[in-house]
Amino acid sequence: MQLDQMYQEIILDHYKNPHGRGLREPFDAESHQINPVCGDEVSLRVNLDGAHGTDPSATVVDVSYDGQGCSISQAATSVLTDLVIGRTVQEAFDVHAAFVELMQGRGQVEPDEDVLGDGIAFAGVAKYPARVKCALLGWMAFKDAVSRSTGKEETR
Amino acid sequence: MTSTATPLDIVTIKADFPILARTVRDGKRLVYLDSGATAQRPTQVLDAERAFLETSNAAVHRGAHQLAEEATDAYESARARVARFVGARPEEVVFTKNATEGLNLVAYAMSNAATSGPEAERFRVGPGDEIVVTEMEHHANLVPWQQLCQRTGATLRWFGVTDEGRLDLADLDELVTERTRVVAFTHQSNVLGTVNPVAALVERARQVGALTVVDACQSVPHLPVDLDQLGVDFAVFSGHKMLGPSGVGVLYGRSELLEALPPFVTGGSMIEMVRMESSTFAPPPQRFEAGVPMTSQAVGLGAAVDYLSVVGMERIAAHEHLLTEAALSALSEIPGVTVVGPTTMVDRGGAVSFTVDGVHPHDAGQVLDSVGVAVRVGHHCAWPLHRRMAVPATVRATFYLYNDLDDVTALVEGVREAQRFFGTA
Ligand SMILES: Cc1ncc(COP(=O)(O)O)c(C=O)c1O
Repeated sequence: MQLDQMYQEIILDHYKNPHGRGLREPFDAESHQINPVCGDEVSLRVNLDGAHGTDPSATVVDVSYDGQGCSISQAATSVLTDLVIGRTVQEAFDVHAAFVELMQGRGQVEPDEDVLGDGIAFAGVAKYPARVKCALLGWMAFKDAVSRSTGKEETR
Repeated sequence: MTSTATPLDIVTIKADFPILARTVRDGKRLVYLDSGATAQRPTQVLDAERAFLETSNAAVHRGAHQLAEEATDAYESARARVARFVGARPEEVVFTKNATEGLNLVAYAMSNAATSGPEAERFRVGPGDEIVVTEMEHHANLVPWQQLCQRTGATLRWFGVTDEGRLDLADLDELVTERTRVVAFTHQSNVLGTVNPVAALVERARQVGALTVVDACQSVPHLPVDLDQLGVDFAVFSGHKMLGPSGVGVLYGRSELLEALPPFVTGGSMIEMVRMESSTFAPPPQRFEAGVPMTSQAVGLGAAVDYLSVVGMERIAAHEHLLTEAALSALSEIPGVTVVGPTTMVDRGGAVSFTVDGVHPHDAGQVLDSVGVAVRVGHHCAWPLHRRMAVPATVRATFYLYNDLDDVTALVEGVREAQRFFGTA
């Protein structure tokens, strides 16, 4: 049945036991994203090392989040924290690009486990256009939060 | 409800809707429970559109050739039949793109009243004036009024909703006052199923000289509605929710009001005389139908009301009553399922929204979809209402004349399946 294809065990595990959940201090920037179709929302904070958010080699020290949403949006955000914490901004953006490509590929994109880790479990979700936004909600918040912290640096 | 109405012959009715014979998601029978969003169309409607296009298609109200004449007749005949269906006169029926456009038409015409002649005086709103809506409105009957207030400096106020999902009329007299210019409310909630007390609201609005605008999107398709008898000033509904085509809807306005209402969209077909400096406008309904209108869609809507009339709105309402009652009773027996809206059939139509503990509506909807049951999930364009009911989103099943008790059973089994899948039951 297609249900198991979409709701891989990995996704259900992350949904039931989310990683990195809860908003934490300190943080450089926060992003709030809403899915206007269903009202799901996420608030996500990033903490980059030092005060050089403009620097692609800055390290993502922490990503913390809170919100409410379906299993797909919650699990995808949990997976995100696993994949980007401890990486450089550049590396995190590369993973981000790969995840977005997977999600927008309507099931035609072969995911690379070395890059996406547990994120490959979302390949089945990509076949359901209505759910792609759910999967990307936290990821969009991450990108937005990082660019906000960057913007803050520039105006300083 | 009318228990005397003879039951519908669902087998025959279903046969009129070709789409209901298809399967979805690897061979599952399609159980379509999303008619509140858009209804399916019977062959009779599809045939009417096709026949019109194959024999009489032309721009209406333009040209003097035979096709133009036939097209205009078909269009005007559709208007007359739609008018009769809702207890209106043809000149009180304006074809719009959908209900949303109808509501915007009224709201923008009211802003235009500021710069129109004295006949439009009664539509003017400004600082100190109030527009009253309700917390259970579809965004289509909320945002245009927010915008009108923003443009004119008027103040928006609203009726609250009780925990049961009824309109809270306790402060009717404090909310609707001499300052009120418009009372805009839904006849039947697209989320809760609640049927609102039109008579009480109309009576109070009349006492204070306010206009009533009724969103009849979820009532006209499902209940016998006589707009003249209801005494409302304006009403809107959409063709695609009542077995008709998309791209056509109706704005009803009482004759004397439409006569005085300034236009919203201007251009061809809505004028009386045009000079380089300025123009005068045609009488209603033409004044509100600028440009070449949708034609086959209007013809299709005419066929849709013919279809509904033959089946009988009383019987359709009784049938939906039965299905809704069955759904409410079966859902309430499932631990963890909470119905958002009235759980009794008093003043209630066939929209059943609910939450399932531990299963997000999106996920419940996905499981239902996997077994062939099409429902809507989310806030159903009524975000403030969901906030009021303290739920981020709901699963919504809506019934129509082509649904039967097997569909209710499929819904209930699907919900149980969702609970099993997510390990909450
Ligand atoms: C109560 C109600 N009002 C307004 C609308 C808007 O209808 P439309 O999108 O056809 O303009 C809908 C349908 O979604 C509705 O259910």
